[in-house]
Amino acid sequence: MKHLIDIMELTVEEIDEMIAVAKDIIENPDDYAEKCKRKKLATLFFEPSTRTRLSFEAAMYELGGNVIGFSEAQSSSAAKGESVADTIRTVGAYADIIAMRHPKEGAPLVASRKTIVPIINAGDGGHNHPTQTLTDLLTISREKGRFDNLTIGLCGDLKFGRTVHSLISAMSRYENVKFVLISPDELKIPEYLKEEVLIRNNIEFIETADLEEAMPQLDVLYMTRVQRERFFNEQDYLRLKDSYILTPDKLENAKEDLSILHPLPRVNEISTAIDDDPRAVYFEQVLNGKYIRMALILKLLEVK
Amino acid sequence: MIIGKIENGIVLDHIKAGQGMYLYKILGLDSLNCEVALIKNAVSEKMGKKDIIKIDQMIDLNLDAIGYVDPNITVNIIKNGERVKRTHIDAPEELVDIIKCKNPRCITTTEQELSHIFKLTDKENRVYRCLYCESKAK
Repeated sequence: MKHLIDIMELTVEEIDEMIAVAKDIIENPDDYAEKCKRKKLATLFFEPSTRTRLSFEAAMYELGGNVIGFSEAQSSSAAKGESVADTIRTVGAYADIIAMRHPKEGAPLVASRKTIVPIINAGDGGHNHPTQTLTDLLTISREKGRFDNLTIGLCGDLKFGRTVHSLISAMSRYENVKFVLISPDELKIPEYLKEEVLIRNNIEFIETADLEEAMPQLDVLYMTRVQRERFFNEQDYLRLKDSYILTPDKLENAKEDLSILHPLPRVNEISTAIDDDPRAVYFEQVLNGKYIRMALILKLLEVK
Repeated sequence: MIIGKIENGIVLDHIKAGQGMYLYKILGLDSLNCEVALIKNAVSEKMGKKDIIKIDQMIDLNLDAIGYVDPNITVNIIKNGERVKRTHIDAPEELVDIIKCKNPRCITTTEQELSHIFKLTDKENRVYRCLYCESKAK
């Protein structure tokens, strides 16, 4: 593995290996404090995303490495019209590894074909966001201790939510996983995902618009935000943004060991009254994001 | 309507009626200087109606484009007035610069000189997806 562009490029074994490393980092952080000494991570954020960028930067610093880069396209040569290919060739001369976010779908793949420096896709438009999926997987692994025999509810924007698409694809490789897809009609998962992942692999799934009805069977509930930037039409956004809000009363019939995940940022889709519920693990998830990114950087840099 | 035989060239037969013009364009036949005939709605025993393209010159055809449009199209090679080869082209695994990605969010819309590449992701239903953004070819 040279780059990470799409979560499905990783085998189940590679994911297991990274999760094991992440767990070891959590147990023994000092052992990793100098693993990336004198190495540089470039964070190229052509589209702002403070949380993902900080997670990558914190990960690299905790490995003893350094960070260079930019946090928005306006402060980069892209604002002058430079191509992704040229930017990457240039940055590849300075950095040992590159984490890249770009508003255009497929931009990190273009980058990976232009440099020998490992490229990590830190999000390309509404397409892929593999390190978020790795974060979700580490969280599920730590909370549930397994990936098989789980009923996973995904709620909110299942149409544009790239984290949902990647998580469904990644989890579809494990035994006896069932998906409950909870969304308004307008925001159902895309047909291709249904046809080419769920139906083709004979995976059990149901589509429903009713969060409360779905609740009692769930082992994991993955909430998502209805994102303004994914809509062409502001009115559609305003009409749908409050469709699914998780409140304490909706959890009444939930399992005691339910795990509530959210890729964050949250707007209002999870009431803050739930934050102290032991089933809410979205802030642990943030921390897991840093650990799994550390494990990924080590893997791509081939640091033992 | 009578369209004469060709001596040396290519006949694309059994094109689904209505797809002839699309194939004509996708193969770039409009840039040829030789005689080219596009016959629409020709009577066909097997298909009812079909389109036919006759090219009065031996040219390098983009076979991937033909396989992409329809693997049932028959490619006939004509030499000295005789058919010397008759073949069908399987749907290719990859299309390079044959069709363009229509997704406005795809990197191909902004990156200079980037080839438009599509992969065959569903052989049974002949579904092609953009290599970069995975949008379905339309």
